[in-house]
Amino acid sequence: MKQSITLGKVTKFIGLGFLSTIKDLFTGKLEKQDFINFLRKIVVPLASILLFIGLWHMGAKTLYNIEADFKIEKALTDQGPAAADALRTCIASGESSCQPNTLPSPSQVWDSYKSLLRDHNIIAADKAAFIEKTAALNETRIADGLDAITYTGRPSFVDQIFRSLKTVFAGFLLALFIAVPLGIFIGLSPTLKSAFNWFIQIFKPVSPVVWYLLVFMIVKTLLIDSNEDSSFTISFISVGLCSMWATLVNTAMGVSSVDKDYINVAKVLKLGNFQKIFKVVLPSSLPLIFTGLKITLSVAWMVLIAIELLAQSPGLGLFVWEEFQNGANDSNAKIIVAMFVIGIIGFLLDRLMLTIQNWVSFDKTDAI
Amino acid sequence: MAYLELNNIYKTYGQGENETEVLSNINLKIEEGEFVAIVGFTGSGKTTLVNLINGLLEPTKGEVLFKGQPVQGTSHERGVIFQNYSLLPWLTVGQNVYMAVKEAFPKKSKKELNEIVANYVEMVSLTPAINKRPKELSGGMRQRVAVARALAMKPEMIIMDEPLGALDALTRGNLQDEILNIWGKDKRTALLITNDVDEGIYMADRIIPLRPGPNATLGPEFKIDLERPRDKTEMNDNANFKETRNAIIEYLMDIGDERKSENKEQIILPELSPKDFVNQFK
Repeated sequence: MKQSITLGKVTKFIGLGFLSTIKDLFTGKLEKQDFINFLRKIVVPLASILLFIGLWHMGAKTLYNIEADFKIEKALTDQGPAAADALRTCIASGESSCQPNTLPSPSQVWDSYKSLLRDHNIIAADKAAFIEKTAALNETRIADGLDAITYTGRPSFVDQIFRSLKTVFAGFLLALFIAVPLGIFIGLSPTLKSAFNWFIQIFKPVSPVVWYLLVFMIVKTLLIDSNEDSSFTISFISVGLCSMWATLVNTAMGVSSVDKDYINVAKVLKLGNFQKIFKVVLPSSLPLIFTGLKITLSVAWMVLIAIELLAQSPGLGLFVWEEFQNGANDSNAKIIVAMFVIGIIGFLLDRLMLTIQNWVSFDKTDAI
Repeated sequence: MAYLELNNIYKTYGQGENETEVLSNINLKIEEGEFVAIVGFTGSGKTTLVNLINGLLEPTKGEVLFKGQPVQGTSHERGVIFQNYSLLPWLTVGQNVYMAVKEAFPKKSKKELNEIVANYVEMVSLTPAINKRPKELSGGMRQRVAVARALAMKPEMIIMDEPLGALDALTRGNLQDEILNIWGKDKRTALLITNDVDEGIYMADRIIPLRPGPNATLGPEFKIDLERPRDKTEMNDNANFKETRNAIIEYLMDIGDERKSENKEQIILPELSPKDFVNQFK
């Protein structure tokens, strides 16, 4: 019994409260209200997902037909009826060389997803074999003071995801370490606030592309002597700079708008400045800081794709760009797979932040 | 020399044309060990007066002397109980008290500090709730924590700014007794600000009405000659109590009326009558 209570609490805590309905279904504690909740929280979303896939399928089919008709029509006028007939049979047979290039259907996307996974398994096996093969050699190389031989093969789709996550977390941490302390200083001192205000107002709306170019100009010169690939450095710094503004503004606001009662308490207790900041000001502005961090993380994930694409830094952004340039038969489907993966990871990151936020902050609405 | 002395205090807010004088010509003397209540209407400047005494505000003119020394900023010698509890919501009851105790006695060891915290939490009978956060407590319990926090710093004077204002009548009565009990143990000097005349009479040695602001000033003092410990039910039949109570209320009512008649500016309402729908459509 205790187990199920904690399960319910946990699911609610991470913002997946609707899962508890499923639990009730299995424990047999279902009442009428639960049934309505079940309909609303499980059946309705599932139905809407099915509807979405259905509409997508029909839309893709229509686009496919338009494209196919156009191709056949063109063959007829350019090359004559024989060529048109050949093309028609070719399209109908499903031959990959003559398929119309348009929005892929759900089943094509699913196939591409499976093929990407297969591809990953092959690459992973290849990599493992390579590491095994070079293990002994690398040991002697390291003993001789040489660099170890690393696997330089093509990264798989899953590798790209992890690389993107790495970039986004590096950027997020950069934003955290710049924006939170700076926000605290700005919030505490009206002088600093007016000194930084123009800076925030002007740079906040700047587009990710421009941030990338700016970071590129600076990092390129700084790393001029280094042989290392600077694309990762450039992309994570750009992501951090793009996304830090929400945290900066929210922290400054949270710190400058601490309840006057708490400040009075700090004064009456004669807390020192350090104590006042860490025991009163920061805890009371924590909810706002976390709201800022949540926005920062989602913005970071959003701009990451564009920045990876520009920086040619391996990751989902580059994957999308390369598939688009590639123009292979299943490229469009792979792009859609990447789109869903990006969306789902973004959603999970948001939930992660929400969980941390619930965990560290008190409920401001109830507090007096 | 009085323990706490307010000499010709003036306090204004704002500048230039927007300047309003909240307090004017406040003179007050409180002796050591005395329990003084200041009674006034809401918005008469009571909280401003309290903040001048505890050092959160500085007077525009005049001086506040505490033990002969001018008050400069807050001090651990003057403990404050705020009207709205002002507990830190992210700390538990124990942590709220601990924070205050640690500031008041920085040299004591952690163990000693924890003992003090436990003692004072016990004193306000909140030991079972020591690990709860303020939002899990009722209003009365929160105010008890605030009382424990103020007293645990062992202040020489307790300043209470409408401490029971937000509580229901029953809880109010209980807490009045608790505060009096604690006060009775070592007879610290106490200043109570309240809007409840009965509360003032029940708790204090002297009651001083505050004439409502702007330009609020203190009225004539009323001495309460009732034996301690006082009993609420007996008090209601006590002729002395009735007399004092009526006198104070009469005084407060009078100044209330005075203010109304001073307010000569009349608002002229436009003459309106309901539209004559019946005749309009005939």
